[in-house]
Amino acid sequence: MSTTWPVVVAEDIRDSITHFAHIDGSVLRALQTVQTKFGYVPDDALNMVADICNVSRAEVYGVFTYYSDFRSTPPAPNIVKICVAEACQANGSDALVDAIRNEMGLDVHAKSRSGDVEAAPVFCLGNCALGPSAVVNNQILGRVTVAKIRAALGGVQ
Amino acid sequence: MSPATDLTMIYVPRDAASISVGADEVAKRIEEEAAKRGITIKVVRNGSRGAMWLEPLVEVSTANGRVGYGPVEPGDVDALFDCGFLEGGEHSLSVGIVDKHAWFAKQSRLTFARVGIVDPLSVSDYEAHGGFLALRKALAMDPEGIVDEVASSGLRGRGGAGFPAGIKWRTVLQTSATQKYICCNADEGDSGTFADRILMEGDPFTLIEGMTIAGLAVGATQGLIYIRSEYPHAIAAMQSAILLANEFKILGDDVLGSGRSFEIEVRVGAGSYVCGEETAMLESLEGKRGVVRAKPPLPAIEGLFGKPTVVNNVMTLASVPWIINNGAAAYHDFGTGRSRGTQVFQLAGNIARGGILELAFGVSLRELVDGFGEGTRTGLAVKTVQVGGPLGSYLPTSAFDISMDYESLLAIGGMLGHGGVVVFDETVNMAKQARFAMAFCAEESCGKCTPCRIGAIRGVETIDKIVAGERRRENLELLLDLCEVMTDGSLCAMGGLTPLPVKSALDNFPADFGIEVLVGGVRDATA
Ligand SMILES: Cc1cc2nc3c(=O)[nH]c(=O)nc-3n(C[C@H](O)[C@H](O)[C@H](O)COP(=O)(O)O)c2cc1C
Ligand code: SF4
Ligand code: FES
Repeated sequence: MSTTWPVVVAEDIRDSITHFAHIDGSVLRALQTVQTKFGYVPDDALNMVADICNVSRAEVYGVFTYYSDFRSTPPAPNIVKICVAEACQANGSDALVDAIRNEMGLDVHAKSRSGDVEAAPVFCLGNCALGPSAVVNNQILGRVTVAKIRAALGGVQ
Repeated sequence: MSPATDLTMIYVPRDAASISVGADEVAKRIEEEAAKRGITIKVVRNGSRGAMWLEPLVEVSTANGRVGYGPVEPGDVDALFDCGFLEGGEHSLSVGIVDKHAWFAKQSRLTFARVGIVDPLSVSDYEAHGGFLALRKALAMDPEGIVDEVASSGLRGRGGAGFPAGIKWRTVLQTSATQKYICCNADEGDSGTFADRILMEGDPFTLIEGMTIAGLAVGATQGLIYIRSEYPHAIAAMQSAILLANEFKILGDDVLGSGRSFEIEVRVGAGSYVCGEETAMLESLEGKRGVVRAKPPLPAIEGLFGKPTVVNNVMTLASVPWIINNGAAAYHDFGTGRSRGTQVFQLAGNIARGGILELAFGVSLRELVDGFGEGTRTGLAVKTVQVGGPLGSYLPTSAFDISMDYESLLAIGGMLGHGGVVVFDETVNMAKQARFAMAFCAEESCGKCTPCRIGAIRGVETIDKIVAGERRRENLELLLDLCEVMTDGSLCAMGGLTPLPVKSALDNFPADFGIEVLVGGVRDATA
């Protein structure tokens, strides 16, 4: 972690908050700003958000832990998200999850990392008529197979 | 051909679903191939027309209308040029004049009239298709007049609860606060639903227009759209459309030169299903944990930051321009009973022809699944259909003749929800689905009430025991008891309706749990 990041983050957070200076409640947006910028929310950032938003660290921590998008550790270079909600289940997402485990060595439900790739489950991507669906590094995929995921990863294992 | 430019116009959708099956590559290939052949064309990235089974659907404008080809793969593009698709030539992927294709022609597209037709980010295209006429009309009406029109159209909330929009708006109008809000619920968390997404990506100005009219009606000058983080394409489309609307002075402090003001801002969710519940959404908009609030006070009285707030679903707000344009009576003419107008059904899961079906309330489930949908994609028999999202019932095929409207579904212990229809073939195991419903509730519970927070975890364990044949009778009784406690003791529909999928699975498919029948108690098949 570079030593200069808090300044950068502070600027970003302050920027995103000044817009809402007349109202309360910018904690969530501040955390989102940090996560967008860094891919995760470093522990120190919780204090900064508390400071800047003028709330307790406990309150910031409460928000941070409530939402599943937030993470406290840096993400792998590649992220695979597999939809495991009902409409994708109807299109074989369970079998896809198994195939990803067996053929790619990635355990979707454990949010596991294997080398440069990390996999996680997600509940619905709004692509429910073209399931099973997935997101690979921000690219949305429909009618997903292991081969499609591999192609989207461009050869990374 | 476009008359103004004489260029051949080609439409390739830009919505997330079309992109998920290769629309970007197809658009790129078409442009490359045209350049290679020295043909000048204009590729418009429209929204999806909603026939997901045809995506990517490529359309070419001809003198007779737009001719479609789909689903097109990048490798098909060469052959399309060879067969003269620029003049609407025949190809094995031809669907003919798209508007005349039965799948589209049989629909009543009111809210979705422009989706898939227009360039989503063109104000002039929007206006050429009747856009902002309703807003202009509303600017000349008094607030009561707008609210009356919405109320007498019979429009009910499309987010799930089906509360009459006019009554909600009137409540907010009658408050005297100086600051009021319009909060558009675009959290669309239900599996099997994507209508909000497709509208926001395909016709964002309709939502902007609907929200602005809502603002005029109740006296609010600030609108917020809460979009889930899983929808980056919708977030980008709405943000771009809002910028354009500001630039064209449709939004801002002088709405269409009226001197009235209305602003809209996009806020992004952070991965929580329960934040689709309106009070949890308000908490989240306030930057807090998305924990459900007790009602009263109603959000209409004390909503965002304690101010009177209209919370409406995307579909509810996007239906308003049509209603103002065509009149309440015209909208009310569609539908049945107390379910007036059209419902944007979403046909999903294991279905041959899935997608968006905007139809008057009252269509049968059979017509949706067997008629439009043409059965399962795997070709196996349908076993069950889950209507209304994760909190909706699993219906057996014997219920297929039901009229799809709020009251009829309620009468058989189901609910319409946001209009999602998820089809499963005969390979599905219903004990597994019931278990998932409990597990989902446990995962997504906001934690405020015990029946939901703890009950759902117990529910998973108990279903596991039943399936394993462990003291089956006692555990079945326990599960039914648990369902009752969750139904009666939960603050919101997350815990309160999770028993719907669980009990409907149990009632309609007891064999999957290892049970013979379930009448007035329980009987174990193995006993
Ligand atoms: C657990 C839960 C999730 C919900 N999710 C959504 C949602 O994603 N979108 C939505 O519009 N309404 C959702 N609702 C319904 C809202 O609470 C609310 O009724 C709706 O936004 C009101 O707008 P409407 O009257 O236009 O439907 C949800 C309700 C519950 C209990
Ligand atoms: S039912 Fe569940 S989600 Fe709803 S308020 Fe209670 S704990 Fe929260
Ligand atoms: S259920 Fe998987 S995309 Fe909706």
